[in-house]
Amino acid sequence: MADKILKKLNIKVWRQKNASSKGKFETYTIENISTGSSFLEMMDILNNELIEKGIDPIAFDHDCREGICGTCSLYINGRPHGPDTEVTTCQLHMRKFKDGETITVEPWRAAAFPVIKDLIVDRTAFEKILQAGGFVSVNTGGVPDANTIPVAYEDAEESMDAAACIGCGACVAACKNSSAMLFVSAKVSHLAKLPQGQVEAKKRARNMVAKMDELGFGGCTNTGACEVECPKSISITNIARLNREYLVSRLSR
Amino acid sequence: MSKFLAASIGRKFLMSITGLFLVAFIAVHLTLNLLLIFDDSGELFNLGANFMATNPAIKIMEPLLGLGFLIHILWSFYLEFQNWKARPVKYDKKNMSGASSWASRNMLVLGALVMVFLIIHIINFFWVIKFDPHTMSTIVIGGEEMEDTYTLVADLFKGSVAYCFFYILGGLLLGFHLSHGFWSAFQTLGLNNKYWMKRWQAIGYAYAIIVAIGFAAIPLYFLVKF
Amino acid sequence: MSILNSKIPEGPLAEKWSKHKANIKVVSPANKRKLEVIVVGTGLGGASAAASLAELGYNVKAFCYQDSPRRAHSIAAQGGINAAKNYQNDNDSVFRLFYDTIKGGDYRAREANVYRLAEVSPNIIDQCVAQGVPFGREYGGLLANRSFGGVLVSRTFYARGQTGQQLLLGAYQALNRQISKGNVEMYSRHEMLDVVKIDGKARGIIARDLVSGEIKRYGAHAVVVATGGYGNVFFLSTNAMGSNGSAAWQCYKKGAFMANPCFVQIHPTCIPVHGDQQSKLTLMSESLRNDGRVWVPKKKEDAVKLQKGEIGPNDIPDEDRDFYLERRYPSYGNLVPRDVASRAAKERCDAGFGVNAEGKAVFLDFKYAIDRLGKDVIAARYGNLFQMYEKITDVDPYKNPMMIYPAIHYSMGGTWVDYNLMTSVPGLYSIGEANFSDHGANRLGASALMQGLADGYFVLPYTIGDYLADEIMTPKIDTNAPEFEEAEKEVTGRLEKLYNIKGSKSVDYFHKKLGQVMWDYVGMARNAEGLKKAIEMIKEIREDFWKDVKVPGDLDNLNPELEKAGRVADFLDIGELMARDALDRNESCGGHFREESATEEGEAKRNDEKFTYVSCWEYKGESEEPTLHKEDLVFENVKLTQRSYK
Repeated sequence: MADKILKKLNIKVWRQKNASSKGKFETYTIENISTGSSFLEMMDILNNELIEKGIDPIAFDHDCREGICGTCSLYINGRPHGPDTEVTTCQLHMRKFKDGETITVEPWRAAAFPVIKDLIVDRTAFEKILQAGGFVSVNTGGVPDANTIPVAYEDAEESMDAAACIGCGACVAACKNSSAMLFVSAKVSHLAKLPQGQVEAKKRARNMVAKMDELGFGGCTNTGACEVECPKSISITNIARLNREYLVSRLSR
Repeated sequence: MSKFLAASIGRKFLMSITGLFLVAFIAVHLTLNLLLIFDDSGELFNLGANFMATNPAIKIMEPLLGLGFLIHILWSFYLEFQNWKARPVKYDKKNMSGASSWASRNMLVLGALVMVFLIIHIINFFWVIKFDPHTMSTIVIGGEEMEDTYTLVADLFKGSVAYCFFYILGGLLLGFHLSHGFWSAFQTLGLNNKYWMKRWQAIGYAYAIIVAIGFAAIPLYFLVKF
Repeated sequence: MSILNSKIPEGPLAEKWSKHKANIKVVSPANKRKLEVIVVGTGLGGASAAASLAELGYNVKAFCYQDSPRRAHSIAAQGGINAAKNYQNDNDSVFRLFYDTIKGGDYRAREANVYRLAEVSPNIIDQCVAQGVPFGREYGGLLANRSFGGVLVSRTFYARGQTGQQLLLGAYQALNRQISKGNVEMYSRHEMLDVVKIDGKARGIIARDLVSGEIKRYGAHAVVVATGGYGNVFFLSTNAMGSNGSAAWQCYKKGAFMANPCFVQIHPTCIPVHGDQQSKLTLMSESLRNDGRVWVPKKKEDAVKLQKGEIGPNDIPDEDRDFYLERRYPSYGNLVPRDVASRAAKERCDAGFGVNAEGKAVFLDFKYAIDRLGKDVIAARYGNLFQMYEKITDVDPYKNPMMIYPAIHYSMGGTWVDYNLMTSVPGLYSIGEANFSDHGANRLGASALMQGLADGYFVLPYTIGDYLADEIMTPKIDTNAPEFEEAEKEVTGRLEKLYNIKGSKSVDYFHKKLGQVMWDYVGMARNAEGLKKAIEMIKEIREDFWKDVKVPGDLDNLNPELEKAGRVADFLDIGELMARDALDRNESCGGHFREESATEEGEAKRNDEKFTYVSCWEYKGESEEPTLHKEDLVFENVKLTQRSYK
């Protein structure tokens, strides 16, 4: 349990000035990192050292550092969010690494997630998918009392399981096809399992899938990597539900 | 329909439907072929082969089957190309082994290898039976004269160890392909949930193992026995 | 008459809001289409306001510095949201929620605002359910409730330990719907750097596109600031890394008063600081105190051995453990309110009984609960929190007690607003954590979510009409006006100034230094001498900052260091104002503890005679001291009593 010191680490990291420039890998050395530090704290320390040396610090996305906002998005040593399970990059700790190791850090790679700078990618595609139908069409006010429609306990739980998605994009990053099916299916399932969302379920599935295709995500081949790498363990059974909703909706028209 | 097939889920739908069709064919094909190893005289197998060759229903199914293969194969290349385009810049370091099975990530590779096997398999048997029947001997079973398909198959395996291993490999490749393909088809059709996930996977694995062992057993039998 | 007009409606408490709604002006649908509103920030307050205003027909522009509105820090709220639904039949009511909130805030909030908050709270739950928020339910299909600290009824609705996330996603979905309809223009990765005033009214903002570095002007008939709290002035806090006080600070500099800036909440159950490499603190839910017992060693020598790592917590027998909360507060025990629990932990650690290497941690022990209820029950209740704790600390809380320590969590203080949520600048509104209005000197658990959504869904959409009704003749705001020109120049000048210092120290260096001063002197315990010292020290850090900070990268590119530099520059100013406010308020109330104002047992002592007011600070210029205005708080419906948890 006691924290140790990693004397030396090599950080091989993708550097890219902006969206239009060509990027390349750079390797930096960092010394004396506590195993109790989080991965992003290590990056903070590295950045402060780079600043001192007059090198432009590495840009990476991060915000809440509690594993819930979904901002952080690093592909570390070949895995989204690095070598731990059920965590985001910000919850990954240095005790998962060995002294002297070379750690490769890359941005999410997908046509739909272009790199903005260094390790930061543009995930606007997710926004567009949700804007295509990831909501219940109700205005503020004029809604019935919250207890008017009972919802089966299991349905509420299953809905919550899917609603736990943080929209980080690890599913896309992990998928060999850069498919966004887990993300889309999580929202479709979250709402389809509740009576309030059921009303528009078919239309929602149709519109969101159409938008997803339009934005250049790949197709799902059911490898299941998304579920394993998802920091919130969103299940691929949601993808089955999305397939079902979509096929029924398409074939019944 | 074109709109349906232009959507990612529609495209996948076609793969899974043709896949399941081929799964059904393989079950029939394996059952019939296993007759090879249960009767050294070849009578049973020849009867079976003759039944298939003369049955009008099978005659109708034959071109459909060809179409099924064709769509499943060609479509897979198209889909793979689509998916490949979705990641123009590749990762420098990948570590995917913990998150997904090798077979699931390499369905195209497995499928392509199975296709190579299939072509040679067709040249070995189907082609001869269909278009070159005069090279085959005939046999009379129960008063009916029919082509001696058993000898055609048995001679190939008896005559070449290499072919035996090639066919064993073919069975194993198909098994791997099915280990992912079977349950994946049901997942794509939306016929899955948290209870059925494990069941489909178990059934799929069992089927894949039966197919792999079943097809491999035939050349293995000839290899060991003769 | 002071220059502060809180516009609290006349009449009995329970009728104020309905009467007010009946009296304020309404804008016709045709005119709403001609009016534009800017909403800055997309947390619970901002997202719900932007969506609701767009539904009404206004043209809305929404801004957030994150890459998506969904990532605002409201998402991190764990426990739940209060509402006076009385679904449990336990005699809850609007009045009881109002009373609990006023009392919890140590009688430093406005009665009328808090009552309105309680009054609209049931509507929030209805709204969220209709949006598809998957609240926890009973087997019968109806909504479940849990109880929370500081109250006697069960009125907290929850979605596992992710209530904030689910409520934010609900508001975000509503926002997305309006974006797709073209009623909201969303500007993500944009940071507001100034508010623009024309003829004394807020008419727009200057924002930086964080990707391109471009400085842009945006005009509107009204501006709503929903940018959260300024807890990051302490460097280490439970706030998100990007949470900042800059938007509110620009409003302050343009004439919006800052109210009660010294009121910040310190949460008792955070994972302690380790070493000096840390950038952020993680909160462990308050609910843990339901089953965990807080203790430190009785004997100093045991504490010293723990600090040196010579013994573990399980080596100390029960009789040598000091369950100090149970000892000091026998009736509430481990469930005393946040401010009390935090101070008690600090007191023990200051006395040398801290249990980690730094001597700044206490134990939260589940051994007793596990013995009593079994491991399975505890796992079902807190499994995800235990997992999170283990991921971060590598310690298994089923076997060893957790280590916890207080950390900065929430800002009760903020921009001063009237009953309509308008600041002292006409047309400039402030909602959610960004304003000061509802929590007094201490916020109760599960009330922040309630306030954010109340403001955004049910208060602002009504009250903003009262102002905008007089603006229907105002044409589209011309961003070529000299005021915009001036503001843009100012913003660009400031960024260039920061960038061109090209000093030798990183932004973090100064931020950490400021944080240390704030924690030491403007933290959990404050005194006049320390506060005066802090003001001087902050001035020195600021001087040094503007001489020696090093901002790498480019002005016209994505540049996180430049963003941070701007925010820290403002934190330096906010920190000083907090110290000033804390110095003025020579009483202890809620999260603000002045050592000069304590009982003999060291408990907080309010001074109602002298300090029953809201401190409102008016900016007077860079080198001038701010002016203090006082809004007297009038309590007609509750009796002021000294809080006691003994």
